[in-house]
Amino acid sequence: MASAPSKLYADDVSLLVVLLDTNPFFWSSSPLPFSKFISHVLAFLNTTLRLHQLNQVVVIATGYNCCDYIYDSSSATNQSSGTGMMPAFCSNLLEKLDKFVTRDEQLEKGGQEGGIASSLLSGSLSMALCYIQRIFRSGPLHPHPRILCLHGSPDGPEQYVAIMNAIFSAQRSMVPIDSCYIGAQNSAFLQQASYITGGVYLKPQILDGLFQYLSTVYATDLHSRGSLQLPKSVGVDFRASCFCHKRTIDMGYICSVCLSIFCMHHKKCSTCGSVFGQAQSDVASTSNKRKTPDT
Amino acid sequence: MASGQVVKKAIYKTSIKDPGSPGILKMSGDRLTFRPKDPNPAAELDVNFETIKGYKNTKEGSGKPAWLNLTNDQGRSYIFQFDGGYADMHICRDFVGKAIAKSGETTKAAPAKPDVIITPDEQINREELELRIKLLREDSELQKLHKQLVIGGVLTEAEFWATRKKLLERESSKKQKQRMGFKSAMISDIKPATDGRTNKVTFSLTPEIILQIFAEKPAVHQAFLSFVPSKMTEKDFWTKYFKAEYLHSTKNAIAAAAEAAEDEELAIFLKHDDILAKEARQKIRRVDPTVNMEADQGDDYLHLPDHGIFRDDGKEVSEPQYELYRRTLAHDLNRHAAVVLEGKSVEVELEDTKTVAEALARSKQAELANADSDANADQEQLQRVSRMTEIEDLQAPRDPPLALLCIKDPRDYFDSQQVNAVKILGEDAMGTAKRKSAANPRDAFGSLRKCISEVKSVGLRDPVVSSKDAFQVFNALTRDISRTKYDVGRNSQDSALDMLPNIAKEQLLHHWASIQELLRHFWSSYPITTSYLYAKVTRLKDAMSQIYTQLEEIKKSVPANHKQQVSVLVRQMHQALDSAFQHYDADQQKRSAKSSQRPNGYV
Repeated sequence: MASAPSKLYADDVSLLVVLLDTNPFFWSSSPLPFSKFISHVLAFLNTTLRLHQLNQVVVIATGYNCCDYIYDSSSATNQSSGTGMMPAFCSNLLEKLDKFVTRDEQLEKGGQEGGIASSLLSGSLSMALCYIQRIFRSGPLHPHPRILCLHGSPDGPEQYVAIMNAIFSAQRSMVPIDSCYIGAQNSAFLQQASYITGGVYLKPQILDGLFQYLSTVYATDLHSRGSLQLPKSVGVDFRASCFCHKRTIDMGYICSVCLSIFCMHHKKCSTCGSVFGQAQSDVASTSNKRKTPDT
Repeated sequence: MASGQVVKKAIYKTSIKDPGSPGILKMSGDRLTFRPKDPNPAAELDVNFETIKGYKNTKEGSGKPAWLNLTNDQGRSYIFQFDGGYADMHICRDFVGKAIAKSGETTKAAPAKPDVIITPDEQINREELELRIKLLREDSELQKLHKQLVIGGVLTEAEFWATRKKLLERESSKKQKQRMGFKSAMISDIKPATDGRTNKVTFSLTPEIILQIFAEKPAVHQAFLSFVPSKMTEKDFWTKYFKAEYLHSTKNAIAAAAEAAEDEELAIFLKHDDILAKEARQKIRRVDPTVNMEADQGDDYLHLPDHGIFRDDGKEVSEPQYELYRRTLAHDLNRHAAVVLEGKSVEVELEDTKTVAEALARSKQAELANADSDANADQEQLQRVSRMTEIEDLQAPRDPPLALLCIKDPRDYFDSQQVNAVKILGEDAMGTAKRKSAANPRDAFGSLRKCISEVKSVGLRDPVVSSKDAFQVFNALTRDISRTKYDVGRNSQDSALDMLPNIAKEQLLHHWASIQELLRHFWSSYPITTSYLYAKVTRLKDAMSQIYTQLEEIKKSVPANHKQQVSVLVRQMHQALDSAFQHYDADQQKRSAKSSQRPNGYV
């Protein structure tokens, strides 16, 4: 990064921040084994790096208990050809990933119950945005950043606020969030993230061809994207999570002051402390604002 | 007439603006033919009445020429303008009406038959039966559905119609036709037709006008009842009446008095109406005393140009001895207004003057009896009338309260339905497998690390993607992209359905209709409480699985360029059916589980 100002950044240079879902609970039940998945991803990263010599790739692991940078192409110093089996950056990345998983496991307190738990998407999104902000401030010329979420874990409604904040921050800094979701159901969070930031949301149907999806849809730089016809999502699940119980709801109560969302009527807004009048609440509860239980 | 044939001179037009080609219209038996005068093959017609679905005609007195507009089942219309005017048109219209009814009966005889075979537990009156047959005849889609489901034995007649109560109700409510009131034009405005050469004037009277005259002038009514036919013929009566009217219209009270002196019958028409006067006195007594009836100077706009009716009181002489024979406009107007507002109370076919007069007399008597029995009744009625000013015809049909089902993204809906169904199906089946793997974090992390080290040791796989997979992905992506592009560029009005070949489209629509019908019955029979419902659900399920396979066949049979659209359409139907099947299976499992548990628990 220190050498950045000397580089001549054209409009087709990208900074790709990949958020890698390493939730062990998801991968142990996924139809696509992690080993296959990572080899697809590594090939894709290599492709991206080779598309332009100034292209930059940052990989952030989205773990179950923590998140961390596991690869940054700008700081990778030795560009040696690596071992015979794979490029050097791949073995570096795998090494880091291994360490990360070990650390993630150590942080595991073992308190989770039922179903597949979600991974810390909000954390990795924030880290990605921080990194991008740093790039923005490095000088007038910088690669065009974009975020690619390779995600499989289900949405964690408890992260709703954090994720939405990250999404809006990305929207403000014009960073598209692409998402490739390999889980079973569509992810409402990622759908919204891509929709709001103008990225591409894709749920590959043929998981064995993941590399093909990645290289066809996500490899092009933002400048070239304007002339491409990329898949559009037909529908977006816009449902929000309530702030009180972190449940995904279809209908709920909105604080008239700070727009916080609640699944049931409260006397006082837990976010901004506004006190709701009793008379109004009576009217509200009988008329238009009905609560529907989440499905 | 219906059995014979009708031959009329007419002009045939293909559209309203078409000048048309004159020729001979011939209607006989089950066909309608038109031979143009000039040999013009385009205008030649030979139409079977079976294809004619309806007819419209211009109204007499609307100022339009006599047109009869026949529409066939393809929505094409044949317009005939009759040289012989309305008389010819009416004859042809009646003929067409009967012919259509007849052909309708013969073609619909097959589906109508099972209507008669009704399970003994339901009693349907004839009226409803007719209503059903009519509905079936008018709605070919409904008829198809009926044929498939009811005659196919999937649903019983009662079940089929139970979900269409609203349709039947609407149909039956449509039957009560709007009652026609009196025209607001005054009878005095009926101008006699003069031929211009002789002094003879001709009044044309319809039963409708007569009824109005009777209603407005009780004295005339009274006279009619007492004189006709004992003292004079009906014709003489009306001649006298119009003579009197004519005298009135000349505004010559003196002449009227002279005539009245000569002819006592005529005098009845010329003098003030006693009955009316009595009624008026009664009414005055009931007027709210607080009402200020004095007219304002500003109310008098009769003297303004272009106002008023063609009778002018101003010129009339007012000599006390002729007062009796003078009628004021105010009298006439008031009386007319009262009658129009009262509305027509006589419900008879307006055919014969005699019956009209008698019917009116009867209704009057009934009214009188009511009025006598309770003086307050009128007052109450007035109040009620003022309260019930809402006019039935202008109200929207009262629908049962229901909320519109609004699904923003049907895919999501079906997805979630399936998820729910899977959830219900048993968390034990799928849930345990997942939980087992997820329950132990150590294992999970271990397997993940193993995967990483596996990659590390083995390295990247040489072909990252097999060319077969890559090709598949390319195909899927292009299809996806072309579809969204296709959807975005078009408005929602013209659907992909219109692009399909007609047969496939019709089949799809029909299947969709029957699926909806079946699903409605299917879901409404849950929870299964009786063995009858159980049998019904089983029947429905079988029918649905039949359709399921038929859909598959359609999907295979359509040409390749439409495959994508059809599969999208079919997928929705399949999903809807799938969720029903899942529910059925889940319910079945629950039932079998229950029945197997019972003996263990109780024995």
